[in-house]
Amino acid sequence: MTIIGWVQIGLVLIATLLLAKPLGLYMARVFSGERTWLSPVLSPVETGFYKLAGVRREDEQGCLSYTFSVLAFSLAGLLALFAILRLQGVLPFNPQGFGPVAPDLAFNTAVSFVTNTNWQNYAGESTLSNFSQMAGLTVQNFLSAATGIAVAMAVTRAFIRSKTSALGNFWVDMTRATLYVLLPLAIIVALAFVALGLPQNLDANFVATTLEGAQQTIATGPVASQEAIKQLGTNGGGFFNVNAAHPFENPNAFSNYLNIIAMLSISLALVYSFGQMVGNRRQGWALISVTIIMLVVGTGVVFWAETAGNPLLHGAGLDVAMGNFEGKEVRFGQSMNALYAAVTTGLSDGGVNAMHSSLTPLGGLVPMFLMQLGEVLPGGVGSGLYGMLVFAILAVFVAGLMVGRTPEFMGKKIEAREMKLAMLAILILPFVILGFTAISAVAEFGVSPILTPGPHGLSEILYAFTSAAGNNGSAFGGLTGNTPWYNTTLGIAMMLGRFAYIVPVLAIAGSLAAKPRVPASSGTFPTDRPLFVGLIIGIILIMGGLQFFPALALGPIAEHFAMLAGQSF
Amino acid sequence: MSTTTKSISVFSPAILVPALHDAVIKLDPRQLVRNPVIFVTEIVAVVVTVIFIQDLLTSSTTAGFSGQIALWLWFTVLFATFAEAVAEGRGKAQAESLRRAKTDLFAKKLLFPDKPGDRSSEVIPSTALKIGDVVIVEVNDLIPGDGEVIEGVASVNESAITGESAPVIREAGGDRSAVTGGTQVISDWLKIRITTRPGESFVDRMIGLIEGAKRQKTPNEIALSILLSGLTLIFLIAVVTLYGLAAYSGTDLSAVVLAALLVTLIPTTIGGLLSAIGIAGMDRLIRFNVIATSGRAVEAAGDVDTLLLDKTGTITFGNRMASEFIPVGGVSDKALAEAVLLSSLADETAEGRSIVALARDEYRVTEPPHAAIATTFIPFSAQTRLSGVDVEGRRIRKGSVDAVLRFVGLDRDQAGAEFIKAVESIARSGGTPLAVAEADRLLGVVHLKDVVKPGIKERFAALRAMGIRTVMVTGDNPITAAAIASEAGVDDFLAEATPEQKLDFIRKEQTGGRLIAMCGDGTNDAPALAQADVGVAMQSGTQAAREAGNMVDLDSSPTKLIEIVEIGKQILMTRGALTTFSIANDVAKYFAIIPALFVATYPGLAALNIMGLASPQSAILSAVIFNALIIVALIPLALRGVKYRPVGAAALLSRNLLIYGLGGLVAPFVGIKLVDMIVTGLGII
Repeated sequence: MTIIGWVQIGLVLIATLLLAKPLGLYMARVFSGERTWLSPVLSPVETGFYKLAGVRREDEQGCLSYTFSVLAFSLAGLLALFAILRLQGVLPFNPQGFGPVAPDLAFNTAVSFVTNTNWQNYAGESTLSNFSQMAGLTVQNFLSAATGIAVAMAVTRAFIRSKTSALGNFWVDMTRATLYVLLPLAIIVALAFVALGLPQNLDANFVATTLEGAQQTIATGPVASQEAIKQLGTNGGGFFNVNAAHPFENPNAFSNYLNIIAMLSISLALVYSFGQMVGNRRQGWALISVTIIMLVVGTGVVFWAETAGNPLLHGAGLDVAMGNFEGKEVRFGQSMNALYAAVTTGLSDGGVNAMHSSLTPLGGLVPMFLMQLGEVLPGGVGSGLYGMLVFAILAVFVAGLMVGRTPEFMGKKIEAREMKLAMLAILILPFVILGFTAISAVAEFGVSPILTPGPHGLSEILYAFTSAAGNNGSAFGGLTGNTPWYNTTLGIAMMLGRFAYIVPVLAIAGSLAAKPRVPASSGTFPTDRPLFVGLIIGIILIMGGLQFFPALALGPIAEHFAMLAGQSF
Repeated sequence: MSTTTKSISVFSPAILVPALHDAVIKLDPRQLVRNPVIFVTEIVAVVVTVIFIQDLLTSSTTAGFSGQIALWLWFTVLFATFAEAVAEGRGKAQAESLRRAKTDLFAKKLLFPDKPGDRSSEVIPSTALKIGDVVIVEVNDLIPGDGEVIEGVASVNESAITGESAPVIREAGGDRSAVTGGTQVISDWLKIRITTRPGESFVDRMIGLIEGAKRQKTPNEIALSILLSGLTLIFLIAVVTLYGLAAYSGTDLSAVVLAALLVTLIPTTIGGLLSAIGIAGMDRLIRFNVIATSGRAVEAAGDVDTLLLDKTGTITFGNRMASEFIPVGGVSDKALAEAVLLSSLADETAEGRSIVALARDEYRVTEPPHAAIATTFIPFSAQTRLSGVDVEGRRIRKGSVDAVLRFVGLDRDQAGAEFIKAVESIARSGGTPLAVAEADRLLGVVHLKDVVKPGIKERFAALRAMGIRTVMVTGDNPITAAAIASEAGVDDFLAEATPEQKLDFIRKEQTGGRLIAMCGDGTNDAPALAQADVGVAMQSGTQAAREAGNMVDLDSSPTKLIEIVEIGKQILMTRGALTTFSIANDVAKYFAIIPALFVATYPGLAALNIMGLASPQSAILSAVIFNALIIVALIPLALRGVKYRPVGAAALLSRNLLIYGLGGLVAPFVGIKLVDMIVTGLGII
């Protein structure tokens, strides 16, 4: 680890934190239905949309209706994307003349983008036409992110409101999230990316002759625009298969900084918006602190493990000064690789700028663990906020009892119904991740796509299902995921991880909104102080750690000790 | 309860021996299914026992191990049922003594209740009484059922219910008309209209509550059960899938070790003690002589935001007392004190006695020897509104300002500025001025005030630290009310309160999301008692009040609300503390069991065996044994409850987190290591 490395980490995080307040305040205005400085331009467009779709913005939905809208909208998106992928051969903007995507891969990809996961079993540059990328994937990059934000705002309103069933209007939330937040930011970031050297065109692949006289096919396309929304919407699906390690997706240190800042910005700012909207900014900062503390620790572990490197390579006489550089891009350096790995998994972004499979065992454990903690650090846009609130409810329940009152969070009493729904939501991750991993680990169709046997192979499977269920989308690498078994099960894992979580969360929102808001007294356990920050970190760690510790012990931990003992996989 | 049962210790043989018996009966899966965590443990114990028997039949070498694991799994279940049985034990003993009070009651049912004066009656068993029957109860009779006195006055010994041996007066009409079945009339007679069916009387309800027969899970208990079931399910998933992951890694895990892992991970500690905590809480309440009609009410008490207290008898002594003598017109302090002392010597009212006490203690006036002087006492009458004394030619009078002015023959404006100023300043401060005169001369004014009970201000401060607002309810005018409110340190007051205003106030507070507790005894309190979240009725109160509230205080002491709140909080805190402890324990158990399971496959994992446990088998067994023993070790805490301190939520939380969170993290590391040393030392593995 180097000082300059930590300085870079610090600067990037500070830049994000500085953005959180203005962006958070702006979004709070957007979702409270207030006017913003963009309203003069966007308001007519917005009204036009509502007229076109027959939406009356003052019609608020209850939790059932809101949930139904989310599910129906996502299903429609899923079917549309599936159709585009299957029909891309006859659709326009297909300069490379790609044929239809195989059914299981099309299913996997469609689910992947609708659930904001962006798990890539396809190789973008050699499978998908420009039309599929732009009209299919990029559209879902916006819509799945907007859906997450909408759900998070419905949950936020449940805390603000009292004795009501109304959680807001999904269609209005969707429209405003896309129009006022994602679109303007995507335009700014895309332009910045173009300035930093990312390609933005609609050309076919071109063929170059290398210095040695060999022929090389070089793919380009609308990279900058897709990269912008990929990060802003914590989607993570790159234009290229190697994602942000590709020199066209992420050419230099500055584009790398912008990548990290862009993916953190909205998720973090939404937490601030939450604080602002519930009328307690300290609450927002408390939850942001949870995120930042855990991200810094995660980054530190990766940074340390990677700079310490692999003792076996040291023994083989390699230059050890730089640590483990296998699978990494030297233009970013160890610290920015570490921060990227922690942030992309702490968020449910899933873009990568280094191959996680090539990290040292402990370095690889961190991204996996951060995902298993429930994608709340700060998690995907929107999904991170509502995931964090579920943990907050759990933390308040367990510890809040210790102050001798029925637990309450932000003035809302946490009772049997909320507990039941929160536990349902929490159960999804271990059920999906461990269930599918265990089946895959003992079945031939599960084991044969593994690249490396032994504990590393188990990590490959575990990582894949963790990433899918957490709607992260990053891949460990090594595992050949494009098989009927993995395409299907990963698809199911992504759907459950998204919707089997959203349904109970919106039900919690419905139940909380119906309750009165109890005024705080000195007997109320304060949830905006360092004590609560520590508590919630403890709950997140213990819940995540206790569920996945045995699996991790057989994967990366076993591999780590084997490495120390001189054995590699 | 009666003072004899009050002193039974939970750990006396009288409780422990029957509890052992009950613990075994409670193993019945039909009963255990109410407690998911322990139910799962029992199923696992059965499975491991079957495996053990198989091992025995096949003379497998692992029989010793599986047998010991099975044994300790059964102990885990048994310790949990034992905890509940112990908690119920004391209640059972108390219920037994109550039941003795109501056996073989007979009723003298009036044949012609509508004919006044006709006392002809037939004797029937009390179980045959119907609601609306009228019975006559005479000296030394036991009252056959709960009812309302419709005629007569009698002293009644209620010690069977309250434990208080001094008899109480019961009479028709007013707030002292309710009688309880099983109590005894010790003088005069009562005509009583029965208001409850046999088997549903107050004593029956008490017995039911104490025995826990009708005990339903409280809302918070249900929510916690859901959390615990969810955790159990999560660990079930983790353990079952571990079989697959281990198979991939080339380890064939036996069902016994997976069972051991599962039971150590699921929250058996809190699961085993959960119902004991609730029962013990109710039991603590009963020892404070408070009967709650439901556990829900006790739990709500912990959440109370606002406490509504009657002024009279709760905040103040209820009698006005002299606090100062203010002389006028050049009269000396001493002279005034002497005069009022003389005038009050024969005054046996509380006010009179307080004047004597003040003159003697504060003003150092000695009373003249009685016999030595010729004295005529003028008693107080409602007409004159004066009292006083004629002694050695002196005519001293004290009384209301107007009456005394009339006595001296002055108008109010002739009384002098000094006198008027003193009178007004007393009235402004919420007190009552008592004018004193001798012959035609005004001597001064006595300041009578409602004296706030000593120590009550500190109690309110403690409540404030708990986050509870106190509101005083009084019929006084706002000025008097404000003065007493500020002296007593209450947060708010409701002056000139009518029952309707009280009800409105409660509703208004509840609309704001607050929980209200109040106590009352009169029939006009009943609507407010019913509306309040915690309504404590006084045992001495009317039947209507007792039925409207959800608790009855047998001692009829209004300040007991404070203890009730503390008990409610204690129950919640104990649950939270043990849940935190239970979950934190799991970390150490992983470090004991995971390396033990996989060290054969991945020798490097031995590094995780940070406790240095002797062998994989001893490690697993030690974790299981620790897991069982910790339940027993925590039974006293579960029954006693975590101590509540009124220090504010944040301080309380950090303290409890430190003890039960950090303690829960560290304790099993030490405990499992110790058990491991003993297990290996004994060579049983």
